[in-house]
Amino acid sequence: MSAFGNQQNPQLNSHGELQHLLTIEGLPRDVLTRILDNAAPFSEVAEREVKKVPLLRGKSVFNLFFENSTRTRTTFEIAAKRLSADVINLNIGTSSANKGETLLDTADNLAAMQADMFVVRHAASGAPYLIAQHLAATRRDHIHVVNAGDGRHAHPTQGLLDMYTIRHYKTDFSQLTVAIVGDVLHSRVARSQIHALTTLGVPEVRVIAPKTLLPTGIERLGVRVFHDMREGLRGVDVVMMLRLQNERMQGALLPSTQEYFKSYGLTPEKLALAKPDAIVMHPGPMNRGVEIDSAVADGGQAVILPQVTFGIAVRMAVMAMLAGN
Amino acid sequence: MPIATQLPDAEMLCVALAEVMRPHVDPATTALVGIHTGGVWVAARLQAALGLKIPSGSINVSFYRDDYSQRGLHANAQISQIPFDVEGAHIVIVDDVLYTGRTIRAAMNELFDYGRPAKIDLAVLTDRGGRELPIAPSFCPHSLSLPAAQMLALEQTDDGRLSFRLIEK
Repeated sequence: MSAFGNQQNPQLNSHGELQHLLTIEGLPRDVLTRILDNAAPFSEVAEREVKKVPLLRGKSVFNLFFENSTRTRTTFEIAAKRLSADVINLNIGTSSANKGETLLDTADNLAAMQADMFVVRHAASGAPYLIAQHLAATRRDHIHVVNAGDGRHAHPTQGLLDMYTIRHYKTDFSQLTVAIVGDVLHSRVARSQIHALTTLGVPEVRVIAPKTLLPTGIERLGVRVFHDMREGLRGVDVVMMLRLQNERMQGALLPSTQEYFKSYGLTPEKLALAKPDAIVMHPGPMNRGVEIDSAVADGGQAVILPQVTFGIAVRMAVMAMLAGN
Repeated sequence: MPIATQLPDAEMLCVALAEVMRPHVDPATTALVGIHTGGVWVAARLQAALGLKIPSGSINVSFYRDDYSQRGLHANAQISQIPFDVEGAHIVIVDDVLYTGRTIRAAMNELFDYGRPAKIDLAVLTDRGGRELPIAPSFCPHSLSLPAAQMLALEQTDDGRLSFRLIEK
C-alpha cells in the first residue's frame, strides 16, 4: 500500500489538490490549466513598485541543488522571495552529501529546521519522489516538494513555463503543431514538454533528432518522429530547441558538434520552413553554433528571454498553490 | 421558516451611490479601484456616471487574503491593473457588498505596494453588517442585516444588467 494520500497520483492529496509537483506525467488537464491561469496574475507582480506579495510570509523554502544550475535555482529563489518566503540555498554538491549523508537524512535534518518546502534538483531520476514518499510515510504532509529537475526523468516547472509561453503567443493549444528538436535522449525537459503538450490537447507533437539521441519507444508518448530536420519543421507553429547535453554524453553518439549543427542546428534557412509566425523556444543554457544559430537565437521569432521571465510567474503559482494545500 | 428578504435593485443602487459620491470627488483627480469581480462592474458604472478622467483600476486581492493558510489559492486568473500613479492619489476603493471588512483590508495592503496614496475612500453598494475589522464605508447608499449563513452576491446577466442574488452557504 502506498503511503501517499491519493493512491492514483502521489502528487495529489485526498481532495485532488496538488501536494507536490514531481512530474507532469499523469496530472489532469484541469490541474495544468489552473497552474497556467494562476501564473497570469503573478506575472503582474513584477511590474509593481514593491515586487512582492505576502502569500508565503513566514514560510521557509529550501533550494536543494544536488546538481549545478544557475537559471533554475535563481528563478526559484526570486519566485519564493516575491512570495515573501524565506529562502535557503544549499549547494549539496559541496556539502554534507560529500561527507556521506544520505538524501533522506538531509531531508530529515532540514525538516527538523521547520522547512515548509523543498525545491529539489538531483542527478538521479526519482530523488524528489523519494523525498516526497518519505515525508508521506512519516506523516509530514505540511512539507511540499517541487522537482526542479531529476536525472533524465522530469523538469515539470520548465514544462509548465514552456506551456505558459506557448499559450501567451499562440492562445489555443488545440490548433498547434509543435516540434521538439535535439537531444531528447538525455532531456528531462523534453519528457515534461511532451507530457504537457499532449495533456493540454496539442494535436501534433513532433520530435526531431538523430536516432542515437532518441530513447527507444518514444512514439508511445504520442509523438511523431522525424530524423530529417527540414521535413520535421515544415509547417510547425512552435519550435522547441533542446540543449545538446555534452556533459551527459557517453560513448560516440555524435560524430562532432559541427556535424550536429549541420544536420540539427536551427538556422534561419531551416526556420523558414516553419510557419512564418512560428516561435522559437530554448530552455537554456544555449550552445550557440551547436543546436542554434545566433541569428535565430537573437532573431525576431525567438521568445527565449520571455521564457525566463514567465518562469518566475509560473514558479510563483506552483509554490503558492502547493503551500496553500 | 426563512424570512423572505427583499433584495435591493443593484442598478438603482449604482445610480444612488454615484449621487452620494458626487460632491466628494474631483473628476480630474479622483481614481477608482474596483475589487474583482463585482466591484469592477460597479466601478465601471461610477466611472461613467461621475465622468472621471483617470481610468479606473482593478484589483484581485487573493494574494493578500488573510485566509490563505485555511483556504489555499484557488482558480484565479484576474490580473490586478492600476493604470495610474498611486503615489499621492485620491483613490476610492469600490466593492459590491461590504461584509467582514477583510477584503477591504487586503485591498488596502495591496494598494500600498503600488505607492503611498494621499487618501483612500471606500464606496460600496450595500453594507450587510457582520464586520470583523474596524472598517467603515465612506459612501454607501443602502444597508441590510443578513445572517452569517447567507451570502449576498452581485451578478451580471448576459445583457450586462447587475442584480443581487442571495446564496445559502
